[in-house]
Amino acid sequence: MNTGDELPPLEIPITRTLIVAGAIASRDYQDVHHDAELARRKGSPDVFMNILTTNGLVGRYITDHFGPKAALRKVAIRLGAPNYPGDTMVLRGRVEEVDGDTATVRVTGANGIGKHVTGTVTVTVPRAGEVTVPAATAATAEAAEAAVTASREESA
Amino acid sequence: MRDARCAVGDADEGATVSYGPGVSHEVAVDEEFEKRLKAYEGRPAAVARAGKDPVNAPMIRHWCEAMGDTNPAYAGRDAIAPPTMLQVWTMGGLSGHTGRAHAYDELLGLLDEAGYTSVVATDCEQEYLRPLRPGDEITFDSVIESVSEQKTTKLGTGHFVTTRMDLRVGPDLAGTHRFRILKYTPIRRTERTEEPPQGRQQRPSQPEQEAKSSQSAPRHKPARPRPVVNRDNAGFWEGVRRRRLLIQRCTDCGGLRHPWLPGCNACGGMDWDTVEAGGEGTVYSYVVMHHPPFPAFDPPYAVGLIELAEGVRMIGNVLGVPCDKVRIGLPVRLEFQEYDEELVLPVWRAQDGTAQEGTYEHR
Repeated sequence: MNTGDELPPLEIPITRTLIVAGAIASRDYQDVHHDAELARRKGSPDVFMNILTTNGLVGRYITDHFGPKAALRKVAIRLGAPNYPGDTMVLRGRVEEVDGDTATVRVTGANGIGKHVTGTVTVTVPRAGEVTVPAATAATAEAAEAAVTASREESA
Repeated sequence: MRDARCAVGDADEGATVSYGPGVSHEVAVDEEFEKRLKAYEGRPAAVARAGKDPVNAPMIRHWCEAMGDTNPAYAGRDAIAPPTMLQVWTMGGLSGHTGRAHAYDELLGLLDEAGYTSVVATDCEQEYLRPLRPGDEITFDSVIESVSEQKTTKLGTGHFVTTRMDLRVGPDLAGTHRFRILKYTPIRRTERTEEPPQGRQQRPSQPEQEAKSSQSAPRHKPARPRPVVNRDNAGFWEGVRRRRLLIQRCTDCGGLRHPWLPGCNACGGMDWDTVEAGGEGTVYSYVVMHHPPFPAFDPPYAVGLIELAEGVRMIGNVLGVPCDKVRIGLPVRLEFQEYDEELVLPVWRAQDGTAQEGTYEHR
């Protein structure tokens, strides 16, 4: 994991099924993500992928590459050209920064009409042999402990 | 057609709408209105709300199946939820949320009233502080972080609204989720939106670049008005959709009629069928529209009352000849013109573009 590393591209065929399944899995029932007729009435040529699905795909792209021990810390994305059925989105990533076991990856996803998504993902990838104890988890565990103590004090 | 309407980008120019290359209009920014919008900044959009379901394996599985995500961390005994599902646990779903804080709805309502009726998600920024596991019960608060000034994007002109949501499991902050939407007035394409020669370059690119290119955006105009389709004339419009011009024929007296009516003007008969127009006609009368201007149209243009070879008359645009050269008696031929993805209209193309004044006489 080094600055400048390019992740192998991931091709995602944008099917109607992916768009609708993604919308439903993310509990997003906006009609433009499942009803082509209503999408057209709103000025879109077809249904299009919702932002939560794009977010999920970006997350998957990173963990597919860095492995199941990789922990996502932050995903920030911006949308551009919509993902319509029949298109293919190609996700690409480049390691922009490495700080210890944490990498910042710049991700782009281009489809046939332009850049669908640009974003940055911060991911922690423990080195081989290390046990995953994310700092944030430790911090929240402390917070939980403190809260439990506080509530005990309250009830006491 | 998929094209330039699609890109979203935060424009730097602020209140400039571009209707075509080199043609831009300053949009009057209502300062009073912008002040009202700004007043929503910092107000809560949701307070101490609970997720509809605890984090659970079935929702995780459905998500992973949809995403094609086979990460083993999301299955089995020690499964965690995919971090990017963060927002999912807060969604209202098909039945929506109840008891929403008023500020957010009020803000969206205010934008709706001002004509910014469409909405699109543009940015999402999530931070994951603690993994979520099946059984975790989510609560969340959300605040309106910012409401932008009026901005113009390739989708249209509007305001960006950013909310920040904090998600908790018990007292623990599990993650934050910043979400930005654009509430906008959509730009609709019409027949005037000609693909520029360098049309390929008009494809949406990176949103940041979009912002800078709005001055050279393709020509956008409001949509042409839709025809009024009702029970009596639905057959006519269905024919037009299939590129056939159908004339109603009374099955009692055989008389042809247009526009479509429930009964026959001549004999009162209620039964009818249709015949397809051959497409030949002449200009029976016409007007040239100069005023009032309407954004979907480009005056001056000629509107003809066309007498079809079959004898009925109907109104339509006369094309293929300068509008000041349209004359009574000018032979025209039917064409179907596609104005946008859902609007096809019959129009009449002049068959003798050299028509001179006085050549044709009123019959």
